[in-house]
Amino acid sequence: MQIVLFSVFAIAALTGALGVIFTRSPVNSAVGLVITMFAVAAIYFLLGAYFVGIVQVVVYAGAIVVLFLFVIMLLNVGSANALRERFTRTAWAGILLGVGFVAISGAAVWAVAHADMPVAATASAALGDAGHTRQLARLLFQHYALLFEVVSIVLLTALVGVTLLVRFHGRLGDEDSAAQGE
Amino acid sequence: MTPLLFKLCLTLSVVLFSTGVVGVLVRRNAIVLFMCVELMLNGANLAFVTFSRYLGKADGQVFVFFVMAVAAAEVAVGLAIIVSVFRNRPSVNVDEFNSLRR
Repeated sequence: MQIVLFSVFAIAALTGALGVIFTRSPVNSAVGLVITMFAVAAIYFLLGAYFVGIVQVVVYAGAIVVLFLFVIMLLNVGSANALRERFTRTAWAGILLGVGFVAISGAAVWAVAHADMPVAATASAALGDAGHTRQLARLLFQHYALLFEVVSIVLLTALVGVTLLVRFHGRLGDEDSAAQGE
Repeated sequence: MTPLLFKLCLTLSVVLFSTGVVGVLVRRNAIVLFMCVELMLNGANLAFVTFSRYLGKADGQVFVFFVMAVAAAEVAVGLAIIVSVFRNRPSVNVDEFNSLRR
């Protein structure tokens, strides 16, 4: 049953991922990305990672993709003005690299013998009474507390950086929008 | 968690990651390039969560949490850079961002 559910979500994720790289309009790529995010979140739920699944939906699909769409609308590179891209030589190297990577990594993953894998039957059997979210919270605020604070500083730095970046206008920009910013 | 599910999850993680890599090398639109980087990060996150489930520890999910936070910060800054470049030169084609080249 788990395999069937996983297969459904995996096909959805692959469809979204291929949609990101193969469609012409950036808005269609964003839709493909949202489909992939939701499918991967469903797989997280399947694997028992409930908190991470919710954070995936809220942060990735709900904030990051929305930010992408905002920028696409701001720069007006939607379907009508989509970039006409040429299929360059780098593209062939890229496809070759991707196929080669999948082949090598797939062979490595599938070469692991079945016998030496002491996997637990269900998520609760693996964790006992704690459950993933409680264990996650315990680890995050006790063991990895310093990393947590550092990530907060990273987010603060990103916030300050974005504010600075959009504050100074380019020389070919409009004079009146610079006046509006002041 | 059966070994088959474990291997299927890792295979999906690898395929998502390499789809992102192919996208970064094929697409010329800067915004779609960024979306492919997000695809790569999702592939890595899936590998983290798979191993977290396999080992029965939540350490993998802590790292997923951090990766998501850093990815959000990176997307914000990267898109701000793209918007700034777009103001100077009204294009999102990465082939045209060659001012640093001699």
